[in-house]
Amino acid sequence: MSARARLCARLGALVLGSGFVALGIWRNEVTEVFAKAVRICLECIGIG
Amino acid sequence: MHRDRLKRHGRIRLAVQLGFAALFNGYAAGFKGGRIFTGDSKKLCVPVLNCYSCPGALGACPIGSMQAVAAGARHSFSFYVLGTLVLFGVIFGRLICGFLCPFGLVQDLLYKLPLPKLKMPRKPDRVLRLFKYAVLAVFVLILPAAAVNKYGLGDSWFCKYICPAGTLEGGLPLTALNEQLRQLTGTLFLWKVGVLCAVVIGAVFIHRCFCRYLCPLGALYSLFNRFALYRMDVDEHSCVGCGKCDAVCPMAVDVRKQINSAECIRCGRCKAACPTKSITSMIEFIPKKQTEEKK
Repeated sequence: MSARARLCARLGALVLGSGFVALGIWRNEVTEVFAKAVRICLECIGIG
Repeated sequence: MHRDRLKRHGRIRLAVQLGFAALFNGYAAGFKGGRIFTGDSKKLCVPVLNCYSCPGALGACPIGSMQAVAAGARHSFSFYVLGTLVLFGVIFGRLICGFLCPFGLVQDLLYKLPLPKLKMPRKPDRVLRLFKYAVLAVFVLILPAAAVNKYGLGDSWFCKYICPAGTLEGGLPLTALNEQLRQLTGTLFLWKVGVLCAVVIGAVFIHRCFCRYLCPLGALYSLFNRFALYRMDVDEHSCVGCGKCDAVCPMAVDVRKQINSAECIRCGRCKAACPTKSITSMIEFIPKKQTEEKK
């Protein structure tokens, strides 16, 4: 991968990642993540 | 000489891994009472595969959260979780796998058991490594969003049927500490314990077998390894081609040709083993032309 391509990929990923986080916060996904994380996840522990 | 350096590096890395495992699972009261943490820090995803139902977990598991949002009725995809992982990935790449992941630490410790080790033949190994991308696509992204009931609710397929970290960090301690949960266990629990046992046995004989073949988070971070800010380089002029770096690599990477390979977990063993100090690691913001990789 050339230096120029690396720089473009980095910048692109940084912008994309930040944009996704902002969009997720705007869509109120944080509440959904929190709601799942504070209850015992029955799937995770193998109960269903 | 390089053996001393390797040992010293191994001790430092183990200390860092233990420190992060304790940091991500620092809610000691949970282990006492068989309950989980419910504070605000669980709004944030940790960068590693760490079950949010572990009694000590202080943050949310990104793979679990991604499925939970997709399986919910409101959204079929989580931009918040993917964005967080893209940011972690572009900065650190798979350094997270090598130094931060508690389940990686478990596998590293299992591999230290003094039993014969299995060296996977190159061809099947290369094919099996692709399986983790299928796990990411099918079990984490597609099935939770697509296989839904009439109310639009799906399942966390990876957590439910595969995730050995959930069984180890959440399932076993919670069912041991909580009588009510223990009474609810059935066939699915046995299946998940079976998967965990298979991964544990595999990790004793094949280094980081879960990371190599199954981990969806490792699959996602691997996409960033080639251009992440944290990168490694080999100085071709000082390298004497002794092959010590290849010999100590736990992920069987061809270090001299592909040091920024998607499979490299950035454990740094190659750097510690190099007798001529030809391997360097750095956080690089603006790429330099001389660090371009061989094609």
